[in-house]
Amino acid sequence: MARHILIAEDDTNILISIEFLLSNAGYRVTTADNGARAWSALQTQVCDLVVLDVMLPVIDGLELCRRIRAADNLNATKILMLSARGRDSEIATGLELGADAYMTKPFGTREFLESVARLLEPA
Amino acid sequence: MLTGGIIVVASFAYVGLLFAIAAYGDKRADAGRSLIANPYIYALSLAVYCTSWTFYGSVGRAATSGIGFLPIYLGPTLMAALWWFLLLKMIRISKANRITSIADFVASRYGKSQLLGGLVTIIAVIGIIPYIALQLKAISTSFSIILHYPGVAMPEKLGTQLFIGDNTFYIAMMLAAFTILFGTRHLDVTERHEGLVAAIAFESVVKLVAFIAVGLFVTYGMYNGFTDIFQRARENPQLHALMAEGGESGSYTSWASLTLLSMFAILFLPRQFQIAVVENVDERHLNKAIWLFPLYLLAINIFVLPIALGGLLHFPAGGVDADTFMLTLPIAEKQIWIAGLAFIGGLSAATGMVIVETIALSTMVCNDLVMPVLLRLRWLRLTERRDLSRLLLGIRRGAIVGILTLGYIYFYLAGEAYALVSIGLISFSAVAQFAPAIIGGMFWKGGNRLGAICGLSAGFLIWLYTLLLPSFAKSGWLPITFLSHGLGGMELLKPQQLFGLQGLDEISHCLFWSLFANIGLYITVSLLRRPDASEHGQAALFVDAYRQSPEAGSRFWRGSASINDLLALLGRFLGPARAHEALAEYAQQRHVQSMESIPADADTVHHAESLLAGAIGNASARVMIASVVEEEPLDIDEVMHIIDEASQVLAYSRQLEHQSRELEAATNDLRSANLRLQELDRLKDDFISTVTHELRTPLTSIRAFTEILRDNPKLPDAQRENFLGIVIRESERLTRLINQVLDLSKIESGNTAWQSIQFDMRDVIHESAAAVGQLFRDSGVTLTLELPDDAPEIVADRDRVMQVMMNLLSNAAKFCASGEGRVVVKLTHEAQALRVDAIDNGVGISVEDQAVIFDKFRQVGDTLTEKPKGSGLGLAISRQIIEHLGGRLWVTSQPGAGATFSFTLSLLAADVRPA
Amino acid sequence: MSLPHAVRTEQRGQRLAALFLLGCLLFNYPLLQLFARDGTLFGIPLLYCYVFGAWAALIGLMALVVERHERE
Repeated sequence: MARHILIAEDDTNILISIEFLLSNAGYRVTTADNGARAWSALQTQVCDLVVLDVMLPVIDGLELCRRIRAADNLNATKILMLSARGRDSEIATGLELGADAYMTKPFGTREFLESVARLLEPA
Repeated sequence: MLTGGIIVVASFAYVGLLFAIAAYGDKRADAGRSLIANPYIYALSLAVYCTSWTFYGSVGRAATSGIGFLPIYLGPTLMAALWWFLLLKMIRISKANRITSIADFVASRYGKSQLLGGLVTIIAVIGIIPYIALQLKAISTSFSIILHYPGVAMPEKLGTQLFIGDNTFYIAMMLAAFTILFGTRHLDVTERHEGLVAAIAFESVVKLVAFIAVGLFVTYGMYNGFTDIFQRARENPQLHALMAEGGESGSYTSWASLTLLSMFAILFLPRQFQIAVVENVDERHLNKAIWLFPLYLLAINIFVLPIALGGLLHFPAGGVDADTFMLTLPIAEKQIWIAGLAFIGGLSAATGMVIVETIALSTMVCNDLVMPVLLRLRWLRLTERRDLSRLLLGIRRGAIVGILTLGYIYFYLAGEAYALVSIGLISFSAVAQFAPAIIGGMFWKGGNRLGAICGLSAGFLIWLYTLLLPSFAKSGWLPITFLSHGLGGMELLKPQQLFGLQGLDEISHCLFWSLFANIGLYITVSLLRRPDASEHGQAALFVDAYRQSPEAGSRFWRGSASINDLLALLGRFLGPARAHEALAEYAQQRHVQSMESIPADADTVHHAESLLAGAIGNASARVMIASVVEEEPLDIDEVMHIIDEASQVLAYSRQLEHQSRELEAATNDLRSANLRLQELDRLKDDFISTVTHELRTPLTSIRAFTEILRDNPKLPDAQRENFLGIVIRESERLTRLINQVLDLSKIESGNTAWQSIQFDMRDVIHESAAAVGQLFRDSGVTLTLELPDDAPEIVADRDRVMQVMMNLLSNAAKFCASGEGRVVVKLTHEAQALRVDAIDNGVGISVEDQAVIFDKFRQVGDTLTEKPKGSGLGLAISRQIIEHLGGRLWVTSQPGAGATFSFTLSLLAADVRPA
Repeated sequence: MSLPHAVRTEQRGQRLAALFLLGCLLFNYPLLQLFARDGTLFGIPLLYCYVFGAWAALIGLMALVVERHERE
């Protein structure tokens, strides 16, 4: 069965690129361009992985991450954080908050897909 | 026939006359019309130096050693020339420090030392006793002789009976009574006795007249003038020698020693100090005295040699004692009046000396010897006694009696062995011991108390050993072997050939050893030991006396007192009435209303101490004052610095204050600078991370899409075109962003070149409108330009202004609703400036957004629905540009009613920041 | 012509000191020895004449120094 991935990214172009990559790789993809939409999507659908941009309008990525991990029903959902800032402090915070992986933009597409695949392997 | 009674009556009459003169003098002094405020009187009173030694003894000495009697008078003549340096300073110092005796002077100089005062007193008393004995001898001898008139007979051996049976004892007691009457009727704060000085001046005249009368009589009455006497004397081989040189005392050293001794004596004999210093009324009197006094000495000595020769010629050798020629010659010629005059002259000389000398000594004994001891005996509780003035007078009277008794005893023990002159020289040698301490004290600040004590003690002891004790030995009261073989048989300790020094007469010998030890120890010990605080202060007061103000002494004192205490203290010693008087006078000096309002400061205490010193001496006065006031002791450094203190310390502390204030200000500056730096640092961090983010975002798309395009060759064309378009657009976005960041950075840091060109604003507006024309058409927004017919040209950077216009226009286009959007650009000429408004009818900007819209990377728009366009730097750059050109850029807007971006540019060149 | 008081005072002191030294010379042995010879001046012994004469002269000089100052 195809894995379901949620993409939360506010930049349209980047969103399109990620959407293409994942769809091409055979995953089922849902998009959200702000935190609120992402959160509501998570409530309504089962997602195996969330690709989460740190900078999200309305509800930002770090808060979303915290909520996901706080929610019991989302324990199985993996989180892959994306950030353009690359500050060590942000990375550390994200991992602490429960992200499973972290990537800085710009990222290489191959590396990205490999990360995703690794995260979705049966535990 | 002269009976004893007549002589006695005559004597009393004469003394009575003196007393009357003294009383008159005192009365005139009290009335303020002083009798003695006269340089001639001062000079005459100094002639108290000439005692019966001069009157009788000079002739006696001349008869044995010719000219050898003269050094005693040459010395004072020489010293008179130096009075200018020595005596004047002594007078100045004594007036300033209220010094009342020679012991007081020494004690005061060396830190107000009671020990030193006592030592000087003892030396003075012991030293002067032989001198007093000398006068007693002269009076009693002359009395005996004149009693035998008209026969010439030498008096029987005198001093055969002690006390009761001895006439001399009665004479001594009479003299004591006279002295008490003359000098101790009351206590004077200044120890001045104006009446006494008048009497002494009178008796100096009597002495001179009497002497000259006898001289004239002998020279012209008995012989035919000077030439006659000398002619006759030359014919006698013995006498011949006398005229050339002195006899056994004519040696070099003897002459020199006697000159030196008498130089010291004229300064340091207690009676000389009393008359010359204490009784001095006006410093200027000294001027006349410098030559008048030596003149007196010359006058009284002219006839000495003729009288001596005449006597020797008249009386067969050895028959009549030469000391008596003054009397025996007129008697032999049956000249009763001249003899009588001579007797009175001699009596006058003797009584004058005794009275003044004894008064001076009794003052010292009371102030510097007895009072300090009594004050220490606490059981007497002297400090609590109401009125001590009677006690003081009593002590002085007792001292007078005591001194005269001692004089009498010495006369009894040793008077026979010596000629008058020799006895006198013993006293001279004693007072010479004061020379190092006093002269050194006046000119050398390094002289200190211990040095003075050691010097004085050593000199005195040597004097005792080499002169006084031998005088007893020569009279038989001590074994003669003491003289011939030294103490305990030790040859080296022979009192008159100490350590084997031979060939000197006894006077020179004593003078040499005593001064050697005295000066040597004084200098050595003073150099070895540092003076303490009070010594230093006093030393400065003395050595720098010419530079001091009268009340300078108060500077070296610190403490507090109450006026009532001081008044009570003064009353106890001076009597309440006098104390009141003195303080009232002082209150006037200080310009205060009454005694109660005299400030109780250092000056007042010092003044009170001086007043007290007049009555009981400086050393005791200090003790008494100390019992009444609270003194803060000064240490040596404080004394040293008192003079410089004020100005130096003040200047230094002002400097310190100033520096610490500067330091504070600097610290504050640093602190605020630090805060600003931290803030800037934070802003910089934010800026960098924002820029990083903004750069990376388009890069992400570019990389992702290019990789997608590479990995998916079989992509549908439409999608490929789409993706490529994205890449291109994002590249452009990236480039634009980089450029803007660089631009802003350059403008902010001032690293960009600004060009000043004169141009027409309307042209710029037209151009920018054309440039964004396409954008407007695409957005469906209309652009209208409202420009005046003429507008002044402006000097600014044209390209930059264009940049601003384009930014505003493109913003306006973006925020207008498509299709309905209308943008108007207005140019107006305001005072000294051009104003451009870009008005759109878009959604407007909320108040919060208006505040931040010009910030870097801030983009405004509905974040829920719209993705912001642009980089967020445009307005920031525009604002920087406009502000650099001296203008203002702002926005006015009502949400929902559009927005107006306006800027002004100054027409004045001065407002433009330099390129 | 009159000098300030302080200068004149100093002058006077110096002159008096000079007279002192002169006196020391006059009345000390070298010179006294000179005159202590047999001889008379108007019948008065030489030494006697010298001593009193020098003495009077010295006094006169001292008077001069002091009185001149006073008068100025």
